[in-house]
Amino acid sequence: MVQILEKQQPTSPIIQLNEQSTVMESKGFNLWYGEHHALKDINLAMNENEVTAIIGPSGCGKSTYIKALNRMVELVPIVRTNGEVNYRGRNIFEKGYEVEELRTKVGMVFQKPNPFPKSIYDNIAYGPRIHGIKNKKILDEIVEKSLCGAAIWDEVKDRLNQNAYGLSGGQQQRICIARCLAIEPDVILMDEPTSALDPISTLKVEELVQEMKENYSIVIVTHNMQQAARISDKTAFFLNGEVIEFDQTDTIFSTPSDQRTEDYISGRFG
Amino acid sequence: MRYLQQEHVMKRMNKRLVWNRVWKGVFIAATSFALLALAILLYRILSQGMGYLNFDFLTNFASRIPENAGIKAALVGSLCLMAVVAPVSIILGVSTAIYLEEYAKKNKLNDFIRMNISNLAGVPSIVFGLLGLTIFVRMLGMGKSILAAGLTMSLLILPVIIVAAQEAIRAVPKDQREASYGMGATKWQTIIRVVIPAAIPGILTGSILALSRAIGETAPLVVIGIPVILQFLPTGMLDTFTALPMQIFDWAKRPQEEFQYVASAGIIVLMAVLIFMNSIAVFIRNKFQKRY
Amino acid sequence: MTSKQQESSPVQQMIAKSRNRKGKKVIEKIIPIGLFLAASISVLTTFGIVFTLIFETVEFFTRVSITDYLFGKEWLPFSGKEPLYGILPLILGTFKVTLIAILVAVPFGLGAAIYLSEYASERVRKTIKPVLEVLAGVPTIVYGFFALTFVTPILQAIIPSLKIFNAVSPGIVVGIMVLPMIASMSEDAMSSVPKSIREGALGLGATKLEVSLKVVLPAALSGIIASIVLAVSRAIGETMIVSLAGGSTPRFDFGVTDSIQTMTAYIVQVTTGDAGYGTTIYYSIYAVGFTLFIFTLVMNLLATYISKRFREEY
Repeated sequence: MVQILEKQQPTSPIIQLNEQSTVMESKGFNLWYGEHHALKDINLAMNENEVTAIIGPSGCGKSTYIKALNRMVELVPIVRTNGEVNYRGRNIFEKGYEVEELRTKVGMVFQKPNPFPKSIYDNIAYGPRIHGIKNKKILDEIVEKSLCGAAIWDEVKDRLNQNAYGLSGGQQQRICIARCLAIEPDVILMDEPTSALDPISTLKVEELVQEMKENYSIVIVTHNMQQAARISDKTAFFLNGEVIEFDQTDTIFSTPSDQRTEDYISGRFG
Repeated sequence: MRYLQQEHVMKRMNKRLVWNRVWKGVFIAATSFALLALAILLYRILSQGMGYLNFDFLTNFASRIPENAGIKAALVGSLCLMAVVAPVSIILGVSTAIYLEEYAKKNKLNDFIRMNISNLAGVPSIVFGLLGLTIFVRMLGMGKSILAAGLTMSLLILPVIIVAAQEAIRAVPKDQREASYGMGATKWQTIIRVVIPAAIPGILTGSILALSRAIGETAPLVVIGIPVILQFLPTGMLDTFTALPMQIFDWAKRPQEEFQYVASAGIIVLMAVLIFMNSIAVFIRNKFQKRY
Repeated sequence: MTSKQQESSPVQQMIAKSRNRKGKKVIEKIIPIGLFLAASISVLTTFGIVFTLIFETVEFFTRVSITDYLFGKEWLPFSGKEPLYGILPLILGTFKVTLIAILVAVPFGLGAAIYLSEYASERVRKTIKPVLEVLAGVPTIVYGFFALTFVTPILQAIIPSLKIFNAVSPGIVVGIMVLPMIASMSEDAMSSVPKSIREGALGLGATKLEVSLKVVLPAALSGIIASIVLAVSRAIGETMIVSLAGGSTPRFDFGVTDSIQTMTAYIVQVTTGDAGYGTTIYYSIYAVGFTLFIFTLVMNLLATYISKRFREEY
């Protein structure tokens, strides 16, 4: 049954949902881990100042996909790709596109909080420093602005010189978000940013994502459907390395067009 | 307000990427230096020594004349030395490891034993030689014998064997022990029938590597004062003897150029013994690796 | 299940019989004692070393004043009439060789560690690490021969004033000898920095160089420093290389092109010669050995302290 459905669907065109300008899009994007075909013909477009959520059961490729968007996936040596992922109209896999350049524009927040074993201040200042900012006053301002942006300034402003490992998991994750904000990226990729956090910290991060979309475009992978419903504008449903459905979040959660999407969001599998 | 100006970031980007590549080259060069040093060392010794390495070299005793010099006494002496070192150091080392891993409670005495072992591993080998000279050679009256040198070497490599055996014992999964206890086995039965058999590959690998260190070790033998020019083979544990590294040391010190080649030939024999022992260790490690 | 059924099971009967054997209980009691005795051998060894050194050193100081020994700038034990036992020239000889060795081993060892841990592919790492192990397993006598017959002649071609016995050649070769130790211990320390922390930096657009130098290296610093301190300790105690290539001329100056003598080389010189038992020269090797022991012990304790005290918790 499923196979028949798949065969009936031709390579879908880029799904362009409204007139807002596209920041990132993938066209016919495929990815293999060795022999395993992990992402199959992905066509998605993500818009400026929107939150795009990617949901799906474990192993569906959602994490792989978000890691492909800033080429973190290349850290696995056996990965091969074809097709395009365009950032502002340029294919990020094109020869000569330096990953370092891409990643300063497309920042990432990881599943597990991963602050550096340094002080809170040095964690945030790391990015600006590698970009050549040495002026202490400017660094101070960036640190404050980023920590405010990640809604953690009030909690840590009196202990900026303490090791970031002394903070709670939720605080560490917001430090990592602040660290990402400090390089003033264009797109922020978040790979299940709340999966290691308690409910209260989760709520804080969710509120933060809502605020951040004023200034950034956000792509968030989540295993939590309620979370996707709460915070995203668009939602893509991944299954077995394919995009099953991509639409306005409201539509996906109220009237999904594909049976498999409905099964997943109503909790029948995954 | 944006603090990072795009043109500035992009201009800097190129510099950063170039630096990354340059330093990668530097790091590769550093690694190659080590590999190159080894290659030159091996090539040099092979090219110098091969001409002198023949069957007579293995079966002749030491001689004043380079062409007649042989390594028989040293080779046999080194093997005799290992015959003492292997059982003594392995039995003591494995027993200590079992004690520390399975019996030792967390208290000051056992912490002291652990700290003592790690410090003993850092004591220079020449100091062990002084210990052997005083205790074994003089105090216990063993003279410059195989036994005295063997016991000294055993103590020298003991910490290495203990640590290797400890790691091997620690790597035996807990559930295997529990399975044995669950059938009513006593502690010692569990150790001797479950833990040790499972840890044997690791213990053997570590022990062989430690023994190969002992066979190339020179300083303690020099201090104990074992002779170099011997025209006979040892017949018992209390006989005097000579050993491969001692023989090489003696040849290397001689002013005649020919003896350099003889020394190289001796080194080839020593390295051959080492490579043989190491390949056994690697073989055991690969054959029994990751069985759980 | 009743006890009667159990009694009747032949296996259980045999088990019960064996359990009541006296020997089994005795074994369980004796074994730990035996193992403890084996473990105490290593402690006895340490005591043996310390007492031997102290005992004979005290004997030495009944003949030579301790201040002359510690502050004397001349080491002339073989000058028949008025032998001088000032340790400083020997310490200086050891210091020169160690310094040169560290200057060689630290940059190359750390460079190799960074390459292996941060840049090299899994395949390259798996090929190179065993080669480094081989390098670490080469007997020191072989290195000594290499220094004397290969490195020294090459250096002499570059520096004409270099004597056949000098501090540079053994220094470089001791450096090559301890290089694998620094490389492999530092690589371990750097590899144990979690991957997620590297990803955090790479995700911000950092280059591998920036990740290595600004994130991984500082995080692994305690392990790296400990490896260097241990390498210093090894270099101080190294014997055969300096005996063969360093010479036997104790010298109180900072020159490196002339023949020198280290503490270890002195002990070798005496024990290969025929200084009789009970002479002052004989006791002097224990005093020198004790001095050497103190130096290496301090280094080893320092390394342990650094790696324990400053260990990063991730």
